[in-house]
Amino acid sequence: MASQFLTLKSRSAHAVAAVLLAVLACGAEPAAAADTPAPAAMAADVAPDTMILNLSVEVLDAIRNDKAIKAGDFDRVQKLVNERILPKVDFDKMTRLSVGRAWRTATPEQRAALTEQFRLLLMRTYSGALSKVSDQKVRLRPSRDEASATDVIVRTQVVPSQGDPIGLDYRLEKTDAGWKIYDLNILGVWLVENYRNEFGQTLNQGGVDGLIQALTKKNQSLAAGAKP
Amino acid sequence: MRPALVHPAQPALRRLGFWSLLCAVLLAAGGCATIPPDAGNNPVDPLERLNRHVYAFNDGFDRAVAQPVARGYTSVVPRPARDCVANFFANIGEVTNIVNAALQFNVTDAASDTGRLLVNSTAGLLGCFDVAKGMGLERNRQDFGITLGKWGLPPGPYIVLPFYGPSSVRDAIGEVPDYYTDPVRLVNPKTDYYLIYGVRFIDRRSQFLDTGNLVNDAALDPYGFVRDGYLQRRRSRVYDGNPPPSTMEDDPDAPDPAVEGKPPAGSGPSGKPGPSKEGPPAGSQQH
Repeated sequence: MASQFLTLKSRSAHAVAAVLLAVLACGAEPAAAADTPAPAAMAADVAPDTMILNLSVEVLDAIRNDKAIKAGDFDRVQKLVNERILPKVDFDKMTRLSVGRAWRTATPEQRAALTEQFRLLLMRTYSGALSKVSDQKVRLRPSRDEASATDVIVRTQVVPSQGDPIGLDYRLEKTDAGWKIYDLNILGVWLVENYRNEFGQTLNQGGVDGLIQALTKKNQSLAAGAKP
Repeated sequence: MRPALVHPAQPALRRLGFWSLLCAVLLAAGGCATIPPDAGNNPVDPLERLNRHVYAFNDGFDRAVAQPVARGYTSVVPRPARDCVANFFANIGEVTNIVNAALQFNVTDAASDTGRLLVNSTAGLLGCFDVAKGMGLERNRQDFGITLGKWGLPPGPYIVLPFYGPSSVRDAIGEVPDYYTDPVRLVNPKTDYYLIYGVRFIDRRSQFLDTGNLVNDAALDPYGFVRDGYLQRRRSRVYDGNPPPSTMEDDPDAPDPAVEGKPPAGSGPSGKPGPSKEGPPAGSQQH
């Protein structure tokens, strides 16, 4: 961990770490009815903010009821993410955006490898964080989007029992299969943007294969380190 | 009859000794920093070579000193007492928040922060309890770096300060006024001042022990990950959490030909993208 600890701003530096911590490791509690704008879309649709709240509650409950996850069991985390979260996420788009322009020249095999390794990386990173779930709550913050928008940002706040609330926002796109998350923001840091910068460095040096290799190596070392 | 000639030189020399020692330690610790060949090419980070060394030094210091001390603190001091300490320092920090909110012409926050300071210093027993939060007065953390940003000053080059962590030229300048609005500065004698400073340092580090090694886990290059996160975060703060879109808007191929697998003809040379897209370069995120 880098040592950004001395100033108030040090907290913001840790935001990057908190990105990964807070995505899933956040307690959730439906906000008061007044905080939740009425779904403006068609009746059949779930409004994006409702969806985010429900998902938070669902995932939180699942974690709280699963001792294996709280102990950091990676297979259980994979299962939880695959079953509950990934259906609500457009992970292809997330990977595509994170890789950036190089995606266009990547072969289907390379794309599949990138998506898989990125998914593994995020999951590896989360699995440790999930055991940290405690008494946090989630509340919605007012949306800045038009009700008719098809690309929205749902703004939430993770409220710990002690300390300041943490801003946690989701970016969603309306698809035929309902709203899909494709980016998230913690304390002002968008995950995709950060990974795009990160991947850009590696892509510049080693191209698409270099990035796949770096991600694979990273995942392997994380897997090795995670062994009990 | 001019003893003064001797004396001024001495502290200066001693200071020189301190700095050269610091540099030596820094270089030794930073020796393991890996410097990528293209270091310094990123427009937001012209000082990357130096920064990476300082980052490695800070990382080493964190592992060797700050983390163990903070862990000791959390294992010895019970949670309620630690909360009290954290609230105490947060309360003291309200002075800086108030000054900066005022300088940003944010009357609402300045008033709210003043209310917090008054309530927590009295009913909250010198800041030990955050009673104002229960009254609906949320903390609005501010600093002079944000104030300068709101006044229109761009962040300038990214810099990593020894012991201190990520910053920018603008934010480092902002530390100076913030130092003068920090009530701890007034503490006398100096020994008490250092003690309080030390406790605050440990308090802050202890609040992030739970995040563990997430940055090192999540990032291919933790240095770059922290840098980009810091710059994004600060930019977001300057725009009150609603910054204008940066380079993130475009999807490399939302429409489908490419999803089928055939790279569209004429799409950029040989898988060598810049870190940025068509839009302005990554550097333009700064404001």
